[in-house]
Amino acid sequence: MYRSPVREPLITGKKDLHDITEDIARPIETKANKWWWSLFIFSVIAMIWGFGCIAYTIGTGIGVWGLNNTVGWAWDITNFVWWVGIGHAGTLISAVLLLFRQKWRLSINRTSEAMTIFAVVQAGLFPLIHMGRIWMGYWIFPLPNQFGPLWVNFNSPLLWDVFAISTYFSVSLVFWYMGLIPDFAMIRDRAVKPIAKKVYTILSFGWSGRAKHWQRHEVMSLVLAGLCTPLVLSVHSIVSMDFATSVIPGWHTTIFPPYFVAGAIFGGFAMCQTLLLVARKVVSLEDYITMKHIEYMNIIILVTGSIVGCAYITELFIAWYSGVEFEQYAFLNRATGPYWWAYWAMMTCNVISPQLMWFKKLRRNILFTFIIALFVHIGMWFERFVIIVTSLHRDFLPSSWSMFSPSFVDIGIFVGTCGFFLVLFLLYARTFPVIAQAELKTIVKTSSSKYNKNKNE
Amino acid sequence: MSNKIIYGLYADDEQLLEATKKIVAKGHRVNEVYSPYPVHGLDTAMGLKYSRLAITSFLYGMMGAILITLLMWYVMVGDWPMVIGGKPNFTYGQNLPAFIPVTFEATVFCAAHLMVITFLFRCGLFPGSSSRNPDPRTTDDKFLMEVHESDSKKITEIKKIMKETGAEEIKVKNNTNELLEEFEEIRQKQTQKLMKASKKKQSFMKKIFNKISKK
Repeated sequence: MYRSPVREPLITGKKDLHDITEDIARPIETKANKWWWSLFIFSVIAMIWGFGCIAYTIGTGIGVWGLNNTVGWAWDITNFVWWVGIGHAGTLISAVLLLFRQKWRLSINRTSEAMTIFAVVQAGLFPLIHMGRIWMGYWIFPLPNQFGPLWVNFNSPLLWDVFAISTYFSVSLVFWYMGLIPDFAMIRDRAVKPIAKKVYTILSFGWSGRAKHWQRHEVMSLVLAGLCTPLVLSVHSIVSMDFATSVIPGWHTTIFPPYFVAGAIFGGFAMCQTLLLVARKVVSLEDYITMKHIEYMNIIILVTGSIVGCAYITELFIAWYSGVEFEQYAFLNRATGPYWWAYWAMMTCNVISPQLMWFKKLRRNILFTFIIALFVHIGMWFERFVIIVTSLHRDFLPSSWSMFSPSFVDIGIFVGTCGFFLVLFLLYARTFPVIAQAELKTIVKTSSSKYNKNKNE
Repeated sequence: MSNKIIYGLYADDEQLLEATKKIVAKGHRVNEVYSPYPVHGLDTAMGLKYSRLAITSFLYGMMGAILITLLMWYVMVGDWPMVIGGKPNFTYGQNLPAFIPVTFEATVFCAAHLMVITFLFRCGLFPGSSSRNPDPRTTDDKFLMEVHESDSKKITEIKKIMKETGAEEIKVKNNTNELLEEFEEIRQKQTQKLMKASKKKQSFMKKIFNKISKK
């Protein structure tokens, strides 16, 4: 078997097959520590607060948000796009990196896919809430009905979004679960307590690891990766078309699809870093999520951050070059108008801060990585805020120009989704195998420090 | 002559692959291999046919594209054409660009989900299924080879090959259940041990509790 003389081992700590089993099963078989409980309680409180705000919104109407006549779309859609974007990194890691045969994905793909699913759950909440009358939610589907007949409009990007998000969510969920089956079987075969045994027997679908099953499983994973790759690109392209196909200056831009996709991967990798840096400490996975993994992810953050920066500058240039006064004003207003602070927060966090990753010392520094990841979260949130609110707040009639300020409900719902996201993630971290151990075991011989003795040893 | 099952347990995938090739070369059939992860080259060594799952996915995708096209034609052109944004919907072809995103999503939706359902169906996997690997260690770090044979001469020959190629354990059973039961007993003993231990712990806690309450 080929052993690279140069590459750093992807699994440190001299692990063999059985050690991997033990390490992945440990968080499930042991009790949670204080850190887990305190974080869990904290996020449950945030979640309940958010659900309260959602109930208040549904009960009273979306007038409880800070919206006004001019700015009729603000935090709801900002949060929606932010969460959907975060989801993209998971699919990129599990699908695109599988097609490129990047072995380092194996330690992080399970957790980042989980992140995808939980983030899309949060994203999906916003369109539902901002309908106002959530009980009419099923009207978004093309159902035969008695209203006219009134069908949905297949020309509308908002309807494309319905198809894109539901396909994306369900396909990612299935992709994730199919990978989980062999790992659940591993937990099942180790389980001693009767209830755990039963639960993991059900979850593992009766997986036995037969040669033919593995052969089919591999074909299926490859085809799903092939399907997910264009899917993930299409989803954020379609999200961007919610804006790009409108005629609002600042939204009506052809660069949006690639720019949004790059931004989504950028923001998603930052969230991946945040979660993994915490998870590797809390469930002690330092041997699997090594410095090398963190560095690889930082490089992707650097690349996608540069693409995003390039897109910002292109937008400015095209606004000037187009010669359209309204377009030019929209961008001038973004950078120098009353929301200048949001624009420059976005510029600093998204364009300048990731450039520091060019330094090897910095991108191999855990604390620095964590801080930059937080910066990217802020920057990416402000990117959506800038695009949405600053393009709307000064519209075609100067007499109706206004500002947007969020109400406590806007803030509450956003905080609530962060809490809900963390609750799901924390529960996942203690009940699911957090690393795709079956897949990881395939690279033990080539990439574990036990077998791969190279110059780094 | 009764059918016997020979089980060879390996600790290394390269040894397993070598053993499979040797056994097949001697004219026997390796009926099944249980492994913790996919072993590359094992399917061809065992003489398994390639999987047609990818083809089914393509067909499902085509089906999805056709179905969604029919739906969109019916909704936008057939049943109730509307003028939206000054752009009439009287022919499907002229409006095609607007229908591409949904067509793509429906194609992926059908291709992915129906393929996964086919996979589960073909492998007999479903929630609550009681089927499993006979040796629980094969989801951890061991590889189990299963050969069905009735001729006692051939059995000894296969056992010899297994031993030569480095099998850790070689067992001959009448059927799979025998092996399953063997491991089930071990597991039940473990469970009982655990229950006893937790009971002991409880009684220990009770003692402390009693002490405190007495004070």
